[in-house]
Amino acid sequence: MGFLDISNATKSYGSVEVLHRVDISVEEGEFLVLVGPSGCGKSTLLNMIAGLEDITTGEISIKGQAMNGVHPSKRNIAMVFQSYALYPNMTVGQNITFGLEMHGVPKADRDSAMNDVAEMLQIKQLLDRKPGQLSGGQRQRVAMGRALVRDPDVFLFDEPLSNLDAKLRVDMRTEIKKLHQNLGTTIVYVTHDQIEAMTLSTRIAVMNGGYVQQLGTPKEIYDTPANLFVASFMGSPSMNLLPATIRVEGNAIHAEIARDGGPVRLAMADPSPKLKTYDGQEIVLGIRPEAITDLDGADRQSTHIEQIDVKIDVTEPAGSDTFITTTLGGKDCIGRMRADADVQPGQSVTLAINMEKAIPFDKGTEDRIV
Amino acid sequence: MAVASTDTAIRTGRVTRTVLYVVLLVFALFYLLPLFIMVANSLKPLSEITGGNMLALPQTWTIEPWLAAWSTAQVGVEPTGLKPYFWNSIRMVVPAVVISTVLGALNGYVLTKWRFRGDTILFGLMLFSCFIPFQIVLIPMARILGLAGLAGSTTGLVLVHVVYGIGFSTLYFRNYYAAFPTELVRAAMIDGAGFFQIFWRILLPSSGPIIVVCVIWQFTNIWNDFLFGASFASGDGAPMTVALNNLVQSSTGVKEYNVHFAGAILAALPTLLVYIVAGRYFVRGLMAGSVKG
Repeated sequence: MGFLDISNATKSYGSVEVLHRVDISVEEGEFLVLVGPSGCGKSTLLNMIAGLEDITTGEISIKGQAMNGVHPSKRNIAMVFQSYALYPNMTVGQNITFGLEMHGVPKADRDSAMNDVAEMLQIKQLLDRKPGQLSGGQRQRVAMGRALVRDPDVFLFDEPLSNLDAKLRVDMRTEIKKLHQNLGTTIVYVTHDQIEAMTLSTRIAVMNGGYVQQLGTPKEIYDTPANLFVASFMGSPSMNLLPATIRVEGNAIHAEIARDGGPVRLAMADPSPKLKTYDGQEIVLGIRPEAITDLDGADRQSTHIEQIDVKIDVTEPAGSDTFITTTLGGKDCIGRMRADADVQPGQSVTLAINMEKAIPFDKGTEDRIV
Repeated sequence: MAVASTDTAIRTGRVTRTVLYVVLLVFALFYLLPLFIMVANSLKPLSEITGGNMLALPQTWTIEPWLAAWSTAQVGVEPTGLKPYFWNSIRMVVPAVVISTVLGALNGYVLTKWRFRGDTILFGLMLFSCFIPFQIVLIPMARILGLAGLAGSTTGLVLVHVVYGIGFSTLYFRNYYAAFPTELVRAAMIDGAGFFQIFWRILLPSSGPIIVVCVIWQFTNIWNDFLFGASFASGDGAPMTVALNNLVQSSTGVKEYNVHFAGAILAALPTLLVYIVAGRYFVRGLMAGSVKG
């Protein structure tokens, strides 16, 4: 029994089920991020927690109280919307205290709560302005202030940073994280940006097609993705997914990958019994770009470094790193070299592949082979 | 080459502009001519009109016809002028405009932010009232007013105009509120505002332009209506338009054209005033929501 429990919740519009049996339990003080592409049902789930959408079957409870059918204002939640949804006709101060006013809080208490929040978010000088006179970042702060002032049990964020420019987005991300660390509040946060999900959350629910694909800590999601969707959705540049054939020789398991000038064989770091049953079959081998490096850049802690020679197709110097593209298994394969690695397109280089980070997936079911 | 073509562009621009302004001027004069004749003749003694040139400016200026039209002219059988009927019209138009605007705003709010099964069909049915000719409902309406005991009264006229006005006012507000961000309503719901609080505190304060459009439209239509006025309010209860008709039709003695002109302008003044005061919002409101920003 957690702080916020979503048990077996589904959502249907008519006969179309858009959210299938979601089961998530959030502890107090957790920062849960719902991440996925558009139309995956993440915003619908958030609206169901907020009470803006009905729950078709199942139950959502906060602090052990079932919330099905409870009006949004009675759930002790606060929500920050993508468009900020500031009331255009009210000043910033009135925007922040509107919720308190509607809940019948006396004026003096409202004002002191407003001042505390304005102090915390550094928006004191904006209190008399109208939302139309504020910049995007300021509006964002006001929207957060409006949520904070209510001192709710659960904060709900619906893609709050997607209307900001790139630099401001990174700043506000840090600020939201600080806020969470200082206040220790319970937050459910919806985004389609996997970097926001990784950096902010204590746990991530990756969603697709109305299903929760995987629920886990950012590290679990990143290092041991449950299936091909999670593997390719999380991480930038995304994980290389290479067709490979399993070859079992005694205790050793090799993945054989096609390459110009003869196939390469990579020894799998973890020779699990399950993987052995795939002898001779084709699988998908997932390797993150940072596990494919130049020799000097290879992880010294790793005991399973494989070296292969490849021809470089494209180089992309990104300042902090240089990304290279080569062809493995008939697909583009991206590797991450050190920034000053001397590589040219068309050149042949030796790459170090950290096989401890390589993940085998079943080609049919798309699930990770464990 | 480049210089030459710029010169040509400027020259053709100037020619087009001149032609444009001349055409516009001609049209403006064309439309102003009737008004000019009305104003000029309403300020002449009757002898100057009957004596000949209607297009000429008055030789003797007088406001006597205006005073007569307002307070002493023969309307029907009574020499009351248009004054009492002017107040009849005000008593009819103000409540009718206010009630139909408020109901339209509420309808628009419900039809866009509190959607329910069949709401589009209901809206479609309400739109019918914008297209049904007045004449069709005369007899059923007379029967209903009779049953309700409102026949021949100003209250009855208000009811008729409200019923007819709701179609248009709902159309205006529904389309305006359709572009109003639903997230604001949701935020207010989470903040704990109820149905009417959201309407009163969030939606209405942002509805200025569309309220102006709706008021202008309803005011003009209801003020200018003749058919309902002539059918459902007779004698002392008649609105301005009916009284003006009676003034012009009164056949005792000579036709006082100068008084008729003054009366017609008096009847048109309130709508003119509403347009001048609120007109600039009218186009703005009609365009609202069609373009972002």
